[in-house]
Order: sequence, then C-alpha cells, then structure tokens
Amino acid sequence: MTDTHKSARQAAGSPGPAGEGLDARLVVERGAFRLDVALTAAPGDVVALLGPNGAGKTTALRALAGLLPLADGHLRLDGAELDRTPPESRPVGVVFQDYLLFPHLTALDNVAFGPRCHGASKAEARAQAAGWLDRMGLAGHASVKPRRLSGGQAQRVALARALATHPRLLLLDEPLAALDARTRLDVRAQLRRHLADFEAVAVLVTHDPLDAMVLADRLVVVEDGRIVQEGAPSDIARHPRTDYIAHLVGLNLYRGQALGHTVHVDGGAGITTVEDLTGPVFVAFPPSAVTLHRDRPTGSSARNLWRCEVAGLETHGDRIRADLTGELPLAADLTTVAAAELGLHPGATVWATVKAAQTHAYPA
Amino acid sequence: MTPLDETGAAAGPRTGGRRRRRARGGAPPPLLLPALIGLAFLTLPLLALLVRAPWRSMPDLLTSAEVWQALQLSLVCATAATAVSLVIGVPLAWLLARVEFPGRGLVRALVTLPLVLPPVVGGVALLMALGRNGVVGHWLDDWFGITLPFTTAGVVVAEAFVAMPFLVISVEGTLRAADPRYEEAATTLGASRFTAFRRVTLPLIAPGIAAGAVLAWARALGEFGATITFAGNFPSRTQTMPLAVYLALQNDPEAAIALSLVLLAMSIAVLAGLRDRWMAAS
Repeated sequence: MTDTHKSARQAAGSPGPAGEGLDARLVVERGAFRLDVALTAAPGDVVALLGPNGAGKTTALRALAGLLPLADGHLRLDGAELDRTPPESRPVGVVFQDYLLFPHLTALDNVAFGPRCHGASKAEARAQAAGWLDRMGLAGHASVKPRRLSGGQAQRVALARALATHPRLLLLDEPLAALDARTRLDVRAQLRRHLADFEAVAVLVTHDPLDAMVLADRLVVVEDGRIVQEGAPSDIARHPRTDYIAHLVGLNLYRGQALGHTVHVDGGAGITTVEDLTGPVFVAFPPSAVTLHRDRPTGSSARNLWRCEVAGLETHGDRIRADLTGELPLAADLTTVAAAELGLHPGATVWATVKAAQTHAYPA
Repeated sequence: MTPLDETGAAAGPRTGGRRRRRARGGAPPPLLLPALIGLAFLTLPLLALLVRAPWRSMPDLLTSAEVWQALQLSLVCATAATAVSLVIGVPLAWLLARVEFPGRGLVRALVTLPLVLPPVVGGVALLMALGRNGVVGHWLDDWFGITLPFTTAGVVVAEAFVAMPFLVISVEGTLRAADPRYEEAATTLGASRFTAFRRVTLPLIAPGIAAGAVLAWARALGEFGATITFAGNFPSRTQTMPLAVYLALQNDPEAAIALSLVLLAMSIAVLAGLRDRWMAAS
C-alpha cells in the first residue's frame, strides 16, 4: 500500500477508548436521493463535512440531530445508541445556518432556553446563560432581542445556546455562511478558539474549503450522498480525488493509467511524471505550473506539451486564469502582461507546457 | 386583500406608489361608474342608519334594562365563544398546519364548512347533535343532566360553532407562514414538542391568534341564525343584541336603530383593532 492510503487512514478518526465519541453510519432516503455516509470521531475532534450544494451535508447533520429518521445504519454517541432517540433527548447541540434565534426572547433567554428544558430553575438557567454570554464576550448584550444583534453577535449567541446544554456532539450548519466577508474573518478565528476548547465531538457542514480547513482537524468530502474522500486538510489539498475537490483547492486533476513515468489520461493525452507508477492513478498540478506559448516551443525543457484552444479567460486579482480545451483540458494562470503579449482571446490556439517536476501522481 | 396582493405581485415587486397613482388617474368610466355605485351601495345604508337615528331619545333607549341585558349577554357570550374557540381551535389549527395525516384536506374542508353554511342550518344541526334528544345531547342529559338548547350555554355553543372556523383559518395561515424550524431548534435544545409549541410557536404566532380571535369575536357578536334556532329568543337568557334588534324592529323601530348603532360602533372598533393587519395592505 502507498503512503496516501496510510495517511488517510491515520487521519480518519475513530471512537476513543470505551466507545467514547461518535460512531455513525447514516442512511437517509428522500425520494430518489440516498445519503449513505459513515462518520467516526473521538472526543475533541472537529470534523468538517465539505461538499457542493445538494450533496447531502445538511441532511447528514439533521439525521445526527434526530430531525430526520435513519432509513438504515446506526448512531452511537459515547457508547449509547441514539438511532431511535427523539431530538429532545439527544445530547446534541445545533448551530443552525441562519441561527434560528427565537425572535421573541432576549439573547439571555435564548441561551437559557436549553438549561430550562433540562430542568434548571429560571434563575439557575439565567445564571448559566449569563456565564455563557460572558464567555462569548457578549455580557453587555444579554437583554437585547436577536433582531438587534449583528451577524457575528447572533452567531456567538447561537453557539452559546447550543453549548449551554453541554452537548456531547456539537453540530454546526454552515456556521459562517450568513456573515459578510469582514465579519467572517473575526468570527472564524473566534469559532476556531471555541471549537478548540470544546471537549466533545464537533461536526460542521460547509461548502467553503477555507472554513473547513481552518476550523476542522479532519475533512470528510461528500458528493451526491456519499463520501468521496476523507483525511487531514493538508492531505486532501495535496491529493484530491475528484474534480470538485481539485477545483476547490485550485488544481488540475486527471485520472489515467500509469506505465512507468507516463500517465495515459482517460481523454487520450499523455502526461510525463516524476513518480514511477503502474495502474490507475491521479495526476495533479496547479494552474500556475502551466506555461503558455503562442507557437510550438522548440527549446523548452518541459516534458509535457499539449496543443490547446482558449475557451475562456477570467481575472483573479492581478492574474488571469485561462480555461483551455484541446488535447488536455486544463486551467492555466498567467500574468496580465503575459496574457497581453500572447494575445490571448477565446478561440486562440496556444501551446501549453508543464514540467514533469511540477506534476504529482498518486494511485487512484 | 389577497387578490389585491396577487395582482401587485404579478406585476412585479411592490414599488407601490407610482403604479397606484397611474391607475387612479386613468380609471375608465366603464369601471369608475360601477365602482362608485358599489361604494354607495355599501356605505349608504350605514349613513341612513345615522341619518334616521333618534339622537334625542338615544340616552333613554340605550339605558333601558332590556338593552343592557342584551348587550351584556352579547358581550359575555361572544367572549365565552371566543375563549372556547381559542382553547380547541388553536390546537386544531396546529394539527392542520403541522401534522401530515391522511384525509387532511377533507378535515380542513369540514372545518371551513361552517363558514359557508347558512347559520340556520348550523342551528338545526346543533339541535340534532346536542338537543335533548340529539345524538350526543341525550347522553349529556342522561349522564350529567346537562341541557344546552335554549340556555345561555347554548348561545355560546351556537356562536362558537359559527365563529371558530374564522379563528382556525386565521391561525392555520399564520402557522404555515411561521418557520417550523424554530420548533426544530427548540427540540434540539431539549424541549418536548409541546414545550416547543408553548414557549416558541405560540409567542411567534400570537399576532395571528389575536387577529383570529377578534374576527371570531366579531362574528360571534353578530351571530343570529344559529343562535335563534338552537338557543331561542328568551330575554336575559338567550336574547343577544342581534335578536333584540330583530324583535325591536317589529314593535319599536327607534330602539332597533339605537341597538344597531351600538353594534355598528362595535364593528368599527373591531376594524380599528385589526387595521394594522387588514388595512395596511391596501
């Protein structure tokens, strides 16, 4: 076996000693859609479910919370079976995507709601809630109604409300999606600290790879109801296994058959690599590794040369991302100056070169 | 209210002012004329009531014992009928809005039926069900010695039967518009479904409940057909304001006008109470 597989397995969480933590296989059927994912995590783990819209991430979260019934599979938390436990009896806290703070209650009473339901007296629940708001830096906002809180404040109240019941599993649905870009940075950093302090299992759902990589120790990539890849964020960034992940982390990704140092891509083109492999493999390289030429280069030392056609151009900051079709569909990054010198325009024919050393091949 | 909203929505976002002004300036006579006739048709009778009102003898008419009895009875019965409607109507609305069960459409149709049923028919139906020899009524009589027809309690029953659908429809609509995920959020915090309803849903839909209750109260206050059929017309026991008006019209028209003005004033008060909800859209 290869390094990739080993490291992926090491990164995959497992319940701690004595069955502590999360051990679940969630099967949910909704019409033609079927979700089937296995999740395990030890206390203290932060797992991110990452995937495109409609992949089933939120469905998985709702199944964990008990808001959707399991069609099959199991759900164990700290050794206790929860599959048939109603949501109100599960030791699970949820931070919903748009927070769902109760609009008729103050921030304090929103946070006190959980402790109240768990049998605390009104005064006790409020004292606990005040403690949580204080920890979130919101002591001054206790008597404010949700509609008068900023996005970042509402997010922290929602987190405090979810944590106030001392859950053994914390679920966060797109916790930063409702925030504007500036608030997002602050809140992401705060959330990271709170999650680091959280001693039980946290599972968060996001479609933003940056959120996932900053907040989680482990990524589980879900596409079309199933897990396509899981592992440590850095690992997934280096070895994407689907187009979706490759796009997320900004890589050109191909699947093909390796024979020595050459990989024959499913489309037909060949890619020369440094690795010496045999059988089905992935080859990845970043768009910045691609050099474009107007005429077929003669003196280039690059081992990979393809004839392509420009399908589209996009500006990313001071760089231009060229979308190329032809022998090998690929994305190439170049400076605006280079693009002007090459006279790039949609429909133009170009030659693309990539050095073998810039590619990275790994078994599929 | 709804058709207005729909045409507004169909024509694009409600930018309001400009469109409305244009429509007013350019109203073609074939529309304007019937519209004015319609307006006159609806307002003239009320104006006539004011014109013919015996203003001079009004204080005497309104302070007579019969009027006070009828007014008091009307207020008590309409309020009691509204209370009954709240206690059983709000849960029914919740059931219709939140729980999926086979035949839900049929149940909703049955609930709305009293809205369109002639009230007299409702009164006859109530007699068949709760009369002394009625399907349920004879058990009530045998077991508990309870008789409803021709009693004040009977008035409450008749009014609730006619008025409750207004409350149910109003509350159900509010519930459907309310985000059910708040209830889900409450359950993830450890609230049972009932606690979630009581502490989260109920406060959220309170404005809808209030509006529904006012509507039901107004309907109960004006109820005539079912009441006279099921509860009869006994002064101080079952003779509510509308019944008193009808009776007075036959032997003392001035008193009838005076009583009508009292009911008109109450209707205007109800409308004023509902204005935020019903008039704001127009």
